This record gives sequence, structure tokens and C-alpha cells, in this order.
Amino acid sequence: MSKKKIMDGVQKYTMILILVLVVAFFTWRTDGKLLLPQNITNIIAQNAYVFVLATGMLLCILTGGNIDLSVGSVVCFVGALGAVWLAKGMNMWLVVVLMLAVGLGIGAWQAFWIAFVRVPPFITTLSGMLVFRGLSNVVLKGRTQSVSHETFVRLFGGGANCYVPDFIGGPEAELNMLCLVVGGAAIVIYLAATFMSRAGRIRKGYDVEPIFQTLIKAVVISAVIVFFAYKLAQYKGLPTALIWVAIIIAIYTYITSKTTVGRHFYAVGGNEQATKLSGINTKKVYFIAYANMGLLAAFAGMLTIARMSSAQPTYGQNYEMDAIGSCFIGGASAYGGIGTVPGVIVGAVLMGVINIGMSIMGVDANYQKVVKGLVLLAAVIFDVVSKREKT
Amino acid sequence: MSDIILEMKNITKEFPGVKALDDVNLVVKRGTIHALVGENGAGKSTLMKVLSGIYPYGSYTGDILYNGEECRFTKIKDSEGKGIVIIHQELALIPYMTIGENMFLGNERGKAFAIDWGDTYAQADKYLKAVGLNESSTTLIKDIGVGKQQMVEIAKALSKHAKLLILDEPTSSLNESDSKALLDLLLKFKEEGMTSIIISHKLNEVSYVADDITVLRDGKTIETLHKSVDDISEDRIIRGMVGREISDRFPKRKDVKIGDVSMEVKDWTVYHPIYREKKVVDNVSIHVRRGEVLGISGLMGAGRTELAMSIFGRSYGSGISGELYINGEKVVLNSVKDAIKHKLAYVTEDRKGNGLILSNPIMTNTTLANLPGVSNRGIIDTDKEYGVAEEYRAKLNTKCTGVVQNVGNLSGGNQQKVLLAKWMFADPDILILDEPTRGIDVGAKYEIYCIINQLAAEGKSVIMISSELPEVLGMSDRIYVLNEGSVVGEFDGAEATQEKIMAAILKSSNK
Repeated sequence: MSKKKIMDGVQKYTMILILVLVVAFFTWRTDGKLLLPQNITNIIAQNAYVFVLATGMLLCILTGGNIDLSVGSVVCFVGALGAVWLAKGMNMWLVVVLMLAVGLGIGAWQAFWIAFVRVPPFITTLSGMLVFRGLSNVVLKGRTQSVSHETFVRLFGGGANCYVPDFIGGPEAELNMLCLVVGGAAIVIYLAATFMSRAGRIRKGYDVEPIFQTLIKAVVISAVIVFFAYKLAQYKGLPTALIWVAIIIAIYTYITSKTTVGRHFYAVGGNEQATKLSGINTKKVYFIAYANMGLLAAFAGMLTIARMSSAQPTYGQNYEMDAIGSCFIGGASAYGGIGTVPGVIVGAVLMGVINIGMSIMGVDANYQKVVKGLVLLAAVIFDVVSKREKT
Repeated sequence: MSDIILEMKNITKEFPGVKALDDVNLVVKRGTIHALVGENGAGKSTLMKVLSGIYPYGSYTGDILYNGEECRFTKIKDSEGKGIVIIHQELALIPYMTIGENMFLGNERGKAFAIDWGDTYAQADKYLKAVGLNESSTTLIKDIGVGKQQMVEIAKALSKHAKLLILDEPTSSLNESDSKALLDLLLKFKEEGMTSIIISHKLNEVSYVADDITVLRDGKTIETLHKSVDDISEDRIIRGMVGREISDRFPKRKDVKIGDVSMEVKDWTVYHPIYREKKVVDNVSIHVRRGEVLGISGLMGAGRTELAMSIFGRSYGSGISGELYINGEKVVLNSVKDAIKHKLAYVTEDRKGNGLILSNPIMTNTTLANLPGVSNRGIIDTDKEYGVAEEYRAKLNTKCTGVVQNVGNLSGGNQQKVLLAKWMFADPDILILDEPTRGIDVGAKYEIYCIINQLAAEGKSVIMISSELPEVLGMSDRIYVLNEGSVVGEFDGAEATQEKIMAAILKSSNK
């Protein structure tokens, strides 16, 4: 029993262990360059789209291992529309709303076929992948459209100057004070939430995990936050993209863990028939998953054109692979019903570390694809094999 | 060669927690038709699976002697190689392939890289003729009826050079004339020297074709009756099938007042969801009262589950017609959500497939049918959820390490309790329990019976669908008997006996 418990524990934290090992590996191979403040910043700033897309992809995968192949093309298409509209001088806020609306519309279009007509998601989104890639070219007329709207670029974390101004320490401070304050606040909130919920459970007489486990977790997470905040502070401070990523993660962590809608995703993926017989509208669940994916793809499109200060017909290629990879690496089950937003964050960070690590090492871009493809396969093999052993 | 083709000696087969076969003996004479009869779960199909190698040598104990030599089959190919061919109850044909392709599937004519289609269809036509089927072997399976499909199965068996043919409920999905044709074909084969073993619930058919009849009950051989030696009337066979003592396995309900009618179904007719011309429930009218435990008895495939699920928010079937009254008021339940709103609950017979989410903890399973009960405007109160799960765990005495344990790791009986908890938490007035004690041990069964009594005492209506006659008799205030989609009998719980119920079923089957 105790041995089994240890094994369960190891399995629960496998991905974190692997993340640590991968970070250690790249730190060694890059002579420590991976952990330079600039690279730490880039893991977040360059991969903001991965976090956003992976969060949406998780909902699709939860419904039964279904994926959305169209997200890369949707990112590009919505980005292209936004860039063109901004260039025409449309009001920025209107553009933001329109981009999100278009994304949601595209999502709803695909979701309709998937949920109500039962066209397999793989086919529906494969079609979307072609359609919206093609339309991106049409919208951009095959050319690059630069994005020069300053507020838009700054707000969505792009361009050269993508950091929240340090209004506490001032521009002259050696360490970005805002970063450290935010980091400190994050730790306080985290610790307060953890221990308050623990105290509440004890008061009501419910089971709680052993105190040392809670403490170890608290110490590790606090240490990670301190490390991040310090590294970011050493560079230029808080990337604006990080704010957006944090908001998205917070919203979806809450939805998946605390709401009935979130619970429905897990139920459908776990046993669709049982869910239907429990009075839950399973079609609606599929619809929400894919419509929401369109919305988040539009948001990722904004982050992408803002960061690049331009839109090109080739943007967003292979983004779907990054998102899908993050989910499976982060512990989502290829059969659906299992997976968490925090897990996906670990997966996305791992993908980011691999991306940046290989870039610093100067690995050929083609080999980078090979490595990422194999990592994805390995993650799913791990999931499938560990499932088989249980039954 | 001796005149005994097959002898199965002291066969015992255990599944985790259940002894499916317990020291079973079967002797089949060459050139005869041997019938295996028994209630659902008596072990007939299991015995045939042992014989055909689906349960390989080593997974059971005992000996199989075929033509006097001991056999140790490890896969179906082994038994087929010896000429033992089994035809399963569910047809194993692929709809979008031709008769010929189906017949030689896995046994293709010609070479592996060059199938000889000419030979395939010539051979297929030959065997089709042997079973008297007037169809071209290039016809697609989907284009011929069920009766003809069953004939194709038999032709397929012949193509494997069958010497011993095993038919598991071959006529269960056939109409009267198709059944007759099939049975006559078996008699014709018998003349030609073929030996057959037939599993059937239709005792009139058994009396018609069988030379010997072996009765199984609870995984044991009870007796073998021989035509022309023993009485093989249906009554005699029924006595063998059900003749067990009913001991005090059922807790008594004390002073439960049976009240007004809580739900009434009138002229309820349901068609198959895919084969839309096939009637599955035929003009059924039933009612249940408050505080009453209503038993619904019948053989597998009698339409009981289909009736229950079609009432429960139309979760099964097509072309549903009829009227439904709850507390005297006419209602139309178009979805499961509607049904739950009208305080109806259906606890499925298939707890793993349709009931529980095995990869989720007890807690989330308990609240799935009533999430609003633990949430506020779509936000789940996890503490409250934990409390609810804990309350039902204690109430139903579910054995687990905690309510966060995954349901998949629980035993069958405890899974059933979680499933009951889920529906009890949905706070229904009328509960339909479909095979509530299937596959669980005696102790857990008793606990489930106590829960049923508790529910009745609270004034709820409990409809219990069960294939186990003793259970229906021991628990019900009133019993409906269903057969082939129709109500064929209604008995007061105190007056009903196994013989009466079986007789009602068999009488209607003979029609």
C-alpha cells in the first residue's frame, strides 16, 4: 500500500520532475545561458500564445481526446484581419472586439458541426486549418501587413518595449521593484489561500493531506515564484504578455475546477453515456469547448501580431502542435476526462524550455521539429501505458 | 468411433468473486441435438466459451474430451480446427461486406496476397445452398433480413467443416417462420450426421428439436433429460430450471403504507433506434404506487431496459408513443433533465458503461446528476460537495479509502452503492432500478435490498427490473412480467411463484 502510494505520488509529479531534468539538461548544455534573465523572460514572452492556446485546447481534449487542428490558421486569419483593420485606421477597441467576435464566430461554426451534426472534430478542424490559412492569404493579399498602432502593440505585449512600466522603483532602479512586489503578493495570496482552505477542511472534519506535504508544496512553489520574479526584475521587468497569460490561466483554472460547466467537460470525457443519463446536455459541452477554442485563438492572434508588430500569411504555423503537445505533456489524457490547467502550464513551460534551449544551443530548426514531435509522442505513450497498467 | 462425441468433465470456471461454473458435466452423443437450458446467468454461455477456447485452457479446471481425446484449446482457431464451431447470440457479420466475404473472413480463399474471389463466391454459393438460402453470395449482408443473416452464420460454420455446431440462442431475434426454418435445418443436418448443441430459452423449440436436454442452474449441472426416456414437457424442464429453495435472503419491509399511484404509463410503444420498424416495447401499460416496490421480471431482451430508458426522458428508442402520468398529471419528458425535474431517476444496469465515470472520484460521481444541489449560480462549493459525498458514503456504508478515491478502484457492490447514492442525491420520488444487484456478492446484495426497503419506507416508488426470479419474488409488492416487449402477466407479490412467472413467459413465447 505504502509503496503504491509512493508510486502514485511519483506519477502525480512526474511532469514536474521531467521539467526539472530538462531545465538542468539545457542549463548544462548552454553553459547556464538558459537561466539568464533575458531567456527566462523570453520563455514567457515568446510563448504567450502557447499558454493561451493550450488552455483552450485542454477543454477540447477533456471532452474525449479531441483536438483542434485549426488554431494555427485561426490565429493567423484573425491576426490578419486585425492588422488590416488597424492599418485602415479603425478604432483600436472596436478592432479588439471585432477580432474576438470573429474568433468566437469561427469557433461556433466548427463547434456546430462537431456538436450537433457529429462530424468528427479531427475532420472539421482539418478543414478549418485549410480554410482559414487560405483566407489569411486572401485578406493579406499574400503580403506582410505591419502593425503600427502603438497602444495596441504595447497593450498586447509586443514589439521592442513590451514591459509594464516600473512605477514603484522608477526607471532608474537596478532591480525592477514592481516585479518583486508582484512576486511577493503572489506568494502571500497563494499561501493564504492554501492554508485557509486547509483550516476550513479541518474545521469541518474532512480529510486533509499531511501537513508536511502541504508545507513542501508551499515552499517549492514560493521558491519558484521568487526565482522568477527575481530573474524578471534583473531584466526589463514584467512582460505585458505575462499579465495576459496570468489572467487567462486564472480564469480557466477557476472554470475547470470550480464551476458546473467545468465539471461537465470532465464528465463527458470520462463517460459520455453516463453524463447524458445524468441529465447533462453533452452536445452543449462539445459546442462550448470548440467555440471557446475559437475565442482563445483570436486572443492568441492579438498577442501574436502585437509581438511581431505585423501580420504575415505564414504566422501561426504549427501552433496547434505546441498547444496539443503542452496538454499531453502536462498530463491530459489522450482519452479525455483527465487534465488540469496547472498541469498544462507545466507542459507549456516544458515546451517553451525545449524551444528556447534548443535555439540557444543552435540546434537546426528542422531538428527542433523532430525533437518536439518525439516529445509529444513520448508524452502520449506515457499516458497510454500508465493507463493500461491500472486496469 | 464411439457414439459419444463430446464429454466435458468437472468443469469449474471462476471469475473474480463469482464461480460461474461449478463442477459441470456434459455428455453429448454423436448425431444428436443437445439442448442446454437454464436461467440467465446459469452458466450456459460460459460453458460454451470454455468449450470453444474463448476461455483458454488453464483459465478453467476440468477436462474436455472430444472424440475420446483430451483437448486443450487456447484460442478459437484450435477448436474450429477440430470442427467445433460456435455461433454467437449476437450476429458477427459485417453489414457492408458481401455474404461471401463474410463467410470467409479470416479464412480467405487463395493466397494472402491474392484472394481467389472466384473460388470464394463459388464455395459460398455451395454452402448457401446447403442451408437452403436462396441468395447470391455477392449480396451485401445489410440487404438481407435477420433470419437470413442467421442462416449465413450457419453456412459460415459449415464452410469451416463443422462437425459439432454450437448455437447460442439462435432464434432469439427471429420471427416464428424463420425460427421454424432454422430448427428444421438443424433436424436435416442431424439426419446427415451433424451434432448440434443449442442454447435456448424457448422451451417449445427445445422440446421440438432436442434429443437430450441438460439443465444448468447457478453454474451447476442439475440433470440431463433424454427424449423418449424422461418426461421432457415444458413444465418438467421449468421445474429443473427454477427448483431452488428460497431462503431468507431478503430483508422484510415493516408496515410500509402503500399510497396513491405516483406514475402511470399508458399504451407505451417504442421502436428500435436503428431498425426503426422493429417494435421493442409493444403497447405497455403499467403503474406504480407510493411506497411500493414494483418488480419487473422477464428474460434478457424482453424490453425491460428499453421500456425504462424510453420513459426516462426518451434516452432510448425511436417513434415513442403513449402517455405518461406523474402524480395524476400528464407529462412529456423529452430529456433526461426533464425526467430528473419530475423527480424520476433511472439507475442503469450497466454501471460501468452508462452509470459511473470510473476515472473520477466517488465525490464527483455522487453529485453528477444534481450539480445544482452543491453549487450556486454555476460555482461549485467543493466543501459542500465533499460533505454530501461523505454523508451518502456513511448512509450506504460504502467501503472506500475516502470519497476522493476513484470509483474505478472499488468493488462491484461498492460501485453500485455509489451509483445509488448519485440518484438518491438527485432526490427522486420514483426510482427505476435496473438489475440493481447484477454481479455483486451476496452480502452487498442484502445491503442493497435494505436500501430499497428504506426508500420504500420513505414513501418513494421503487421499480426494480431484475432477471433473478428469487430477487423479484423476495422483494416485490407486485410484479409485472414482460416478454417480447409486452406485459404478459401481473401478479401480486405474495401470490407469485417462479413457476407462474416462467409459465407466463413461456406461454407467450409459444404464441
